[in-house]
Amino acid sequence: MDHFPTNWGRPRNELYDQYNTFPLHQRPTNHTDTFTDGVQRTQQPIVTGTSVLAIQYKDGVMMAADNLASYGSLARFRDITRLHAVGTSTIVGASGDMSDFQYLQRVLDEIVTDEFTAGDGNSLGPAEVHEFLARRMYARRSKMNPLWNALLVGGIQNGKRFLAFVDLLGTTYSASSLATGYGAHIALPILRQDVDPNPDAITEEAAREILRKCMRVLYYRDARSLDKYQIATVTSAGVSISEAQKLDTNWDFAEKIRGYGSQTQ
Amino acid sequence: MTSIGTGYDLSASTYSPDGRIFQVEYANKAVENSGTVIGLRVKDGVVLAVEKIIHSKLLVPEANRRIQTVDKHIGLASSGLLADGRHIANRARDEAASLLSMWRSPPTVQALVDRVGLYVQAYTLYSSVRPFGCSTIIGGVDKTGPALFIIEPSGVSYGFHGAAVGKGRQLAKTELEKLKLSELSTREAVFEIARIIYLVHDDAKEKDFELELSWIGDETGGLHLPVPKDLYDEASRKAKESLENFE
Repeated sequence: MDHFPTNWGRPRNELYDQYNTFPLHQRPTNHTDTFTDGVQRTQQPIVTGTSVLAIQYKDGVMMAADNLASYGSLARFRDITRLHAVGTSTIVGASGDMSDFQYLQRVLDEIVTDEFTAGDGNSLGPAEVHEFLARRMYARRSKMNPLWNALLVGGIQNGKRFLAFVDLLGTTYSASSLATGYGAHIALPILRQDVDPNPDAITEEAAREILRKCMRVLYYRDARSLDKYQIATVTSAGVSISEAQKLDTNWDFAEKIRGYGSQTQ
Repeated sequence: MTSIGTGYDLSASTYSPDGRIFQVEYANKAVENSGTVIGLRVKDGVVLAVEKIIHSKLLVPEANRRIQTVDKHIGLASSGLLADGRHIANRARDEAASLLSMWRSPPTVQALVDRVGLYVQAYTLYSSVRPFGCSTIIGGVDKTGPALFIIEPSGVSYGFHGAAVGKGRQLAKTELEKLKLSELSTREAVFEIARIIYLVHDDAKEKDFELELSWIGDETGGLHLPVPKDLYDEASRKAKESLENFE
């Protein structure tokens, strides 16, 4: 029985229900929603951050991201922090749409506060934060309105390191070294070579050097990157996000590049 | 009480001929019979303490907490009906979250207390509801510094340097007046507040009680947290000692 009187006595919608296959109770309504055409969903990211790198090492997890938020190919904002501490044992790094990331920061801060005010002695660790983000990202992509990010979630829980990835589709995976975006092509092979054989052998200083090396490679290769970056560490002592630091780079080789641009020979 | 039998105390929506609302006054009685709750606003923070009367030895220790956290930097202690206190705490959490999403900065204690006060007051307007049977002490540290308020069942709220409600409030207030609150540190205040709770507890009349202590200040990084175990133990030990010297 169709309980919507406006549907009574009206013909089937030939467009959708040509052979009368819809059961009565879910027959599509004949009228169209006035606002349907007005609803817009995210089609592309606007202000974007590039790669995030993260590795596991002896004392925990280390993550790096530069301070740039690009507007297309324009280096629009050069002082953006793309690493966000969640609670006392988790770090989230974001590439992709920065406004979506800022929204996620608010949502995460909200659930951390909710958990804190409950006062039951429990707190959110990296595994919970990652699961939450994965569910939220997948829910949004299922509404055809994704949060346009690729996120790395790292931290320490019950003395164990945690590092995992989640993106705008809700895809997740986990490894001892991870990278998003361009970094997944350029930096990840280097990270894997240095880290994956034995993360426990990597000291904090060595981990910092590995990330610095990869950030430098990315700065040389990735046109949406910046030589100003931050490194976050999560150890059993807690989360710390460094001040912005500058990469030292050497562009002497550029003189010798021939074959394109304004140079003829 | 002269009000009984006159018919003016049956509903919160009816005044008595001399302009009082008896249901609100009865709500205050519920508070006066409850364990003492004290709040101290000191130099660098706020300390809250509750004398929680244990009505059965079968209860799990630390169950039915009367001190709750409203926001990261705001704590709440209630005296009177416990369930009412919990309802107000839940409301206060919602209000704090709403103020945060509205202004995008951690709410001041004053702003939160104003909102919760309005909510409590709404329950004094209608015959279909009863006023809250609890007085709430809300304390926190915000951008204006330490802040401490009481919200009464009538919905009024006042700011205090030292606040006491519940059974032992009179004695507690005279003790509070002896303290130089604006010069005390939160750590010192923990000892004072524990001492006063032990002092006002009436051993002869009351059963056992549990001391609840929480603080917000520089030492907690601006977070509302329970007082750590070692400090708690030391404070209650000293409180018991001073009680013996007192008697």
